[in-house]
Amino acid sequence: MQNSVIKLSGISKSFPGVKALQNVELELYRGQVTSLIGENGAGKSTLVKTMTGIYQPDEGEISVNGKVVVLGSAHDAFSHGITAIHQETVLFDEMSVAENIYLGHTPKTKFKTINWKKLYSNATNILKDIGASHINAQTKLKEISIANKHLVAVARALSVEADIVIMDEPTAALSHKEIEDLFQLVEKLKNDGKAILFISHKFDEIYKIAERYTVFRDGQMVGRGMLSDTSQDEIVQMMVGRSVDQIFPKRNASIGAPVLHVENYNHPTEFADINFELNKGEILGFYGLVGAGRSELMQALFGITKPSSGTLTISGQEITLKGPADAVNAGIVYLPEERGKQGVVLDLPIVENISLPSLHTTSKNGFLKMANEFALARKYAERLDLRAASLSQNAGTLSGGNQQKVVIAKWLAVEPNIIILDEPTKGIDIGSKAAVHSFMAELVAEGLSVIMVSSEIPEVMGMSDRIIVMRDGLMVDIFQNNEDLSAETLIRSAAGIEEQVA
Amino acid sequence: MSDLKPQTRHIADRLESPLKLAVFSWPSLLLVVAIALFILNSFMSPYFLSAWSLSDATFNFTEKAIIAFAMALLIISGEIDLSVAAIIALSSTIMGLCLQLGFGTSELVFVGLFVGVLCGAFNGTLVVGLGLPSIVVTIGTMSFFRGISFIILGDQAFNGYPAEFAFFGQGYVWWVISFEFVLFLFVALVYFVLLHKTNFGRQIFVIGNNATAAQFSGVRVKRIKFILFCLVGLMSGIAAILLTSRLGSTRPSIAQGWELEVITMVVLGGISILGGSGTIQGVFIAAFIMGLISFGLGLLNVPGIVMSIFIGALLIIVIALPIIAGKIKSRLKA
Amino acid sequence: MRSIHRNHEFWLTLIIALMVVGTTLRSPGFISGQKMIEIFNDSSMLIILALGQMSVILTRSIDLSMASNLALSGMIVALINAAYPQIPVPVLMLIATSCGLLMGIFNGSLVWWLGIPSIVVTLGTLTIYRGIIFVLAGGKWVNADAFTESFIQYTRVEFLGIPALSWYAIIIVLAFFIFMTRTSAGRSIYAIGINPSAALYTGINIGKTQFMTFCISGALSGFCGYLWVSRYVIGSVEVAKGYELIVVAACVIGGISIAGGVGTVVGTVLGALFLGFISNALPVIGVSPFWQMAISGGAIILAVIINASSQKQGKRIILKDREAQS
Repeated sequence: MQNSVIKLSGISKSFPGVKALQNVELELYRGQVTSLIGENGAGKSTLVKTMTGIYQPDEGEISVNGKVVVLGSAHDAFSHGITAIHQETVLFDEMSVAENIYLGHTPKTKFKTINWKKLYSNATNILKDIGASHINAQTKLKEISIANKHLVAVARALSVEADIVIMDEPTAALSHKEIEDLFQLVEKLKNDGKAILFISHKFDEIYKIAERYTVFRDGQMVGRGMLSDTSQDEIVQMMVGRSVDQIFPKRNASIGAPVLHVENYNHPTEFADINFELNKGEILGFYGLVGAGRSELMQALFGITKPSSGTLTISGQEITLKGPADAVNAGIVYLPEERGKQGVVLDLPIVENISLPSLHTTSKNGFLKMANEFALARKYAERLDLRAASLSQNAGTLSGGNQQKVVIAKWLAVEPNIIILDEPTKGIDIGSKAAVHSFMAELVAEGLSVIMVSSEIPEVMGMSDRIIVMRDGLMVDIFQNNEDLSAETLIRSAAGIEEQVA
Repeated sequence: MSDLKPQTRHIADRLESPLKLAVFSWPSLLLVVAIALFILNSFMSPYFLSAWSLSDATFNFTEKAIIAFAMALLIISGEIDLSVAAIIALSSTIMGLCLQLGFGTSELVFVGLFVGVLCGAFNGTLVVGLGLPSIVVTIGTMSFFRGISFIILGDQAFNGYPAEFAFFGQGYVWWVISFEFVLFLFVALVYFVLLHKTNFGRQIFVIGNNATAAQFSGVRVKRIKFILFCLVGLMSGIAAILLTSRLGSTRPSIAQGWELEVITMVVLGGISILGGSGTIQGVFIAAFIMGLISFGLGLLNVPGIVMSIFIGALLIIVIALPIIAGKIKSRLKA
Repeated sequence: MRSIHRNHEFWLTLIIALMVVGTTLRSPGFISGQKMIEIFNDSSMLIILALGQMSVILTRSIDLSMASNLALSGMIVALINAAYPQIPVPVLMLIATSCGLLMGIFNGSLVWWLGIPSIVVTLGTLTIYRGIIFVLAGGKWVNADAFTESFIQYTRVEFLGIPALSWYAIIIVLAFFIFMTRTSAGRSIYAIGINPSAALYTGINIGKTQFMTFCISGALSGFCGYLWVSRYVIGSVEVAKGYELIVVAACVIGGISIAGGVGTVVGTVLGALFLGFISNALPVIGVSPFWQMAISGGAIILAVIINASSQKQGKRIILKDREAQS
């Protein structure tokens, strides 16, 4: 058996309220591609950040070529030959392509100043090497397309003498042709003897390019091996395996009349041709890969972004949303995906977070009435079984799951008709997840309607009455959620893979 | 909601009494500093503890403090206005211009306030409407507003304000209690209520902490920020009336450099320059501290410029101390 | 393709050129070499200071203490020159620069080590530094007759018809140009302004880089301290009062984004020249110099609006080109 180039053993990493990685193992081999597979929130990005020196693990060790190393900064990772192409492009818009490739290790003249001539020629060469000679090394990064930015990120990763290349969803924004080119590049890297970690949601890509796989689920490693010995079904099983031991609340759907019509919703850049309706007492799931346009659509339904055309009808009345305040007045509320940035105000007390959109009811003539605020907050906090010592503690001191409960409490307090949940259980612990799920069931039983955006197959299948699948800003499928619907169908639909004839 | 789970656990409103929190708060610390300064002053100078000299001392800070209260709200919301002193200049100049046209006292007051609000609305439109950074916009309007004063006045001055007009900056309501001081107390109270007791004030804090979350919660962020710019303009207009009345004349260089003093007062008062936290009580006491320092040192014949060393040092020390203490604490733990 | 209409430097150059032409039309003879040299000489200190401020603003900070730093450093060398006329002027320049550097180190360490927002730190040191001047000089001015002849001549001596003051500015502009465009440190300054988290991924130490920029702005302020006292032949507590905001204004007009990361040495120099030109040209065309302030204020506002509209960030685009898909 061949020796690994890099070996991670027993890596654990926690953040307040979340165990992102628990006792994780990973090995990469020279000249081979290892695919890291897992749902969102499984810990893949945390692992990448640990390997590139951005995060330091709480426990465990990393060894490169058999020697234990400490990766204390991005620089340490470089010097041990580890380089990464990150999921979010971490590049500099206002700098030239060449500088983005070489920043931190630019070629120098004998006076220790930057040798721009050499910089441009090196950059041009490396772009040529990866088949991206159409990119001019001297243009500013902000002036090239997203796909080309990804190629620049690839070029940057290859510009350092690296043995280990991490590719975190490198194909997410690329067209079919561009992906083909990228794969040729990966083949070339393999031949050069580099060890590659390839993270992707798309099974066809994984099978095409990778030799090995490692599957993560909820921050733990649940399986690894050779792809040649493993079928897609087995891997999907490992990814979503939790469905066996996770119980979703049973409920008797009593679905009523439509409460929300969305007709021909279009946005210049984010989504198009959106048509659906939501019924009273229904949970409508939205499934898709990251970047499919689901959040953008939901934010348009909440009045944050404006659609370029289309009509929105709520309870038979057509309305135009000028901002979120209009949406709240119309009975629509939105629980955002980015909890810390858009949901809770971390440095304000729980009570003030919960009462914020209800201030007009708790106050009197515009003057605050703290007693009313506490009463309102307590009613919903206790109903949601919020784990907090007092309502006056800052929301930031709570765990992720309890922060999410604060956001839910905030919105229930305005007594909405329609509640949009965007990745409601992303990054929260199992206990809070179950609480959120059972609460959703309670809400629809009371006659609310729920739209749930989720990238977790078990959640979508466990909770929804119907499931809409989005891909590249378009609605591609609507499924009734019944016994005939399989996880594989959803994954294939979202990733755009043709149904295989078994 | 009849199906409440029977085993709901009770969550307390508060764990610590508001009184205890108040004792260990920033304004309390400032109050201790203020009292210490007061005692120190009365030891240093025999003239300090006279009613008239104390009354005179208040003129050192009342006009600036009146702006500082509105500025505090603006800074809490995450914006800043460096043009306040220029608004005073422009407002005072236009008043002077109207004086030449034969306006009476009440019209002059109206003009002063109106120009102030107009300037504030101009800032607000640029910042909120066009989404520009407030610090640069108001550096620009600072030159622009005062520049207009210079165009109108050049090296001239407007004099000859009516006798009634002098009341605002020179009049006494009762014994040694000046009109300015009473107005200062009144404005402090209004802003205390506005910031700490109303929905509007609550929304300012939320915006300053997290404008995105505020917007996502249905708070009309832009509208509130615009109103705050107008309020700062209005208060600058009031300060313009007081100062013009006190000096009895208008020069384009009036209130030069006040913007930084107002902001120092606000920051010293415990308003986070990054937005999101602070109290009117803090600004209120900070106003007294700055007044005490300049007056006390003035009695000792220490020139104003040297006082600024103390004020600047105080500003940095009061902010640095808690940070250093926190660093030491965390190092001891480790 | 970077289109020329979005090039800030191009527009600024055009506007300045138009102003020169306009002024010449009103007052023939204005466009003489001598006048141009005079304008540049007048703007020299503003150029130097604006470059220092630029490096700070690029890293998303601000240094409001520059003018006070300048006045204090200037007073120190004025006092030394008056007391010890035998000390050669180059040593005094070094002393002024070192004093400025020390003040920059003080600002920078409060920002780096304690993480206090730069606007608060420099607002505080702005008043402290200026207060110290008064204490040092005991409230007195250092008047023209106190200075040695060489102290005054070191900014006035002409070389190739250009005064020394201008040469200092030219040398510093060139050095700054090389520093900002050709050294790793210079590029790091841009990087952390453009995208701090990406800079972290590249292994750049953000706090240390900011510290460095405060040292630069401090040292340049100190050097200008000597220049100012020598040129205007006076050391007083009032020197350059309120000038800190004019320096920021020059940066903003020059296209430096207050949000960091955007702006060039050339732009900054043009921004400073713009302000210098206005103060020189207005009297020539018969406009009262009292217009100067409002015009620069208007220019700042316009510049911010133009900067903002040319820097609108493109959003991530999800929808693919429909034709390419089919």
